[in-house]
Amino acid sequence: MNEATAIDLTDEAFLRELREQMLKFARLQLNDEQLAEDAVQEALIGALKNARSFARQAALKTWVFAILKNKIADVLRGKYRRNEVSDDDECNKSGNLDDELFNDGGHWNADERPVNWGAPQKMVYDEQFWKVMDACLNHLPANQARAFMMREFIELTTDEICESMEVTVSNLNVMLYRARLRLRECLENRWFAKT
Amino acid sequence: MMNCREATRLMSESQDRKLTLTENAELKFHNIICTGCRNFDRQMGSLRLFMKEFAQTPESSDTPTRKDDKPDV
Repeated sequence: MNEATAIDLTDEAFLRELREQMLKFARLQLNDEQLAEDAVQEALIGALKNARSFARQAALKTWVFAILKNKIADVLRGKYRRNEVSDDDECNKSGNLDDELFNDGGHWNADERPVNWGAPQKMVYDEQFWKVMDACLNHLPANQARAFMMREFIELTTDEICESMEVTVSNLNVMLYRARLRLRECLENRWFAKT
Repeated sequence: MMNCREATRLMSESQDRKLTLTENAELKFHNIICTGCRNFDRQMGSLRLFMKEFAQTPESSDTPTRKDDKPDV
C-alpha cells in the first residue's frame, strides 16, 4: 500500500470526531471520566500505529473501536473486581416498562402488541435508521444500557458481566430483558411504525 | 399456561442461554396462538443483528464511507 492510499492522519477533523465518539462510548460503559479518557487514549495510540494499513476511514474506525472495546472489557473486569463502582440496584427500580406493556393477566395490551418488522436486513443500509438506533440506545436507563452493550456490543459472557457488575444471573437477565423490551418498543414506535 | 410477560422473558433469555426442552415446548405452544409474541421472538433476532451491524459502524455511518474529499485511490 503506498502513501496515497493510506489514511491521512493529519486530518484533524476526522481524528477529533473519532475521539469524541470513542469517549462517548467509553463514558457510557465505564461511568468514569478518567478511566474513559485513559481507555480512549490507549486505544487510539495502539490503533494508530497500524493506521497506515487502512485505506478507508471506515475500516480504521472499526479497528479503533475493536481495540477500545477490548480495553473497556479489561478495565471492567479489573475495576468491578476491586469494587470501585458503587453497586446500585437500579435494575430493580428504574424502568418498569413491562407494567405498561402488559395487562394484569400478563398479556400484551392491545396497542402495545409487537408488530411485524418485515425484512430487518434492509435497515442496515439506512443511515436514518442508525440515528434512531443511537437515540433509542441513549434512552435506555444507564445500567440497562451498560449490561446490554456489554452483552451485544463487547460480547462478554453472562458470567463475565455478572462478575463485572456484581449482580446475580437473574438480576442480569432482568436487566437485559428490560433493555430489550425498551429498545424494541423504541425502535417500533420511532421507526417501524413509521415506515 | 404461560402468559406474554413470561414468554417474552424467556425469549430474551434465549438470547443468553440455551432454554430447557420444557421451556422451549411451552414457548412454542404459546407462540402458536400469540402473534404479538411471535413478532417479539423475531425482533430479538433482529436486535442482535442490528447490534452486530452497529458495532461495525460505530455511531451513525455518515462520515466513514464518504471519500469524495480524499485523493483518488
